[in-house]
Amino acid sequence: MEYAIIIIAAIFVNNVVLAQFLGICPFIGVSGKISTSIGMGGAVLFVMTLATVVTWLAQHYILVPLGITFLQTITFILVIAALVQMVEIMLKKLSPSLYGALGVFLPLITTNCAVLGVAILTIQKDFNLMEGVVFAMSTAIGFTLAMVIFAGIREHLDNMEVPKGMRGVPIALVTAGILALAFMGFTGLV
Amino acid sequence: MSQLKNFTKGFIKENPVFVLLLGMCPTLGVTTSALNGLGMGLATAFVLMGSNTVVSAVKNFIPDKVRIPSFIVIIASFVTIVELVMQAYLPGLYEQLGLFIPLIVVNCIVLGRAEAFASKNSVGASLVDGLGMGLGFAFALTLLGGVRELLGSGALFNFKFIEGDAMLVFVLAPGAFIALGYLIAIINRINKKNA
Repeated sequence: MEYAIIIIAAIFVNNVVLAQFLGICPFIGVSGKISTSIGMGGAVLFVMTLATVVTWLAQHYILVPLGITFLQTITFILVIAALVQMVEIMLKKLSPSLYGALGVFLPLITTNCAVLGVAILTIQKDFNLMEGVVFAMSTAIGFTLAMVIFAGIREHLDNMEVPKGMRGVPIALVTAGILALAFMGFTGLV
Repeated sequence: MSQLKNFTKGFIKENPVFVLLLGMCPTLGVTTSALNGLGMGLATAFVLMGSNTVVSAVKNFIPDKVRIPSFIVIIASFVTIVELVMQAYLPGLYEQLGLFIPLIVVNCIVLGRAEAFASKNSVGASLVDGLGMGLGFAFALTLLGGVRELLGSGALFNFKFIEGDAMLVFVLAPGAFIALGYLIAIINRINKKNA
């Protein structure tokens, strides 16, 4: 039951993009087509889950016992950056087809604030490792969901007559605002 | 480029938020009021100034291959300083900004300026660039925060001049996207006219 609450809260109620404003750059930048949004979503799912596990272990087995939790920010960003590099190298060797699908998105993920954000939130909310994994995965699913819906809308928007000054990013932001309005309907669900 | 031009480019012409579209997450996340926007903007400006200066000072000692990780460590150190100082002296604001303080590390503006400007220019120029860009960012966040606070709760810098509720949606998540969308459209228009 607890897991169900975490999952629904992370996907719908506190959607990472539309309610918490994390990962906006890829949300606006890579959401032109549905296919690329799914690729980005997959890469985020993969890295976010791994990063949460590794940073959780680092926090509870290195930072807390040594009493150096003030180094959390530095440690986490380095761990995530190293992890992304490692995943990229391993994926290239082990599964070229998966690398072909996710490869271009991997370097972009280091600076995706959603990954660092979820790692820190997992610690702040005092989740245990299993809850952290479930939380990270559902957050990534919520991210993918928001991106795919948004990409679908933008594909249609391309054929519309948009006022000159609003073309590009402004209209995308207003669209995202309306989408966020729709997601607000989930407030109070959990 | 003169130092003055170097300093002022961050405000409108190359404004990090409105024109370069960098650092969108904190921009949308913390601007529920003008004061929060200003606080976040100044925190980022401090990090940007510090990291730009240090990166530019050590640029000749860092091998090209490991420059990005080194930049990130430098930035993360300054973010930790800001985090600890705010926690100690401004606990209220620290509470309000929450997660977005440690997330300054992954703010694309900071790494972007380190890579694009500080790693190629002198210490002085980098300091000025960091200050200008940082204040431009603070200006953008304060403006957006002001607009949202004005429309959403009928107040400005916590000074309330409308009784009761205003258009509450502007303080909530959707209002952030919509307000920023229209602000960018307006700035685009201004920049086009000047060009």
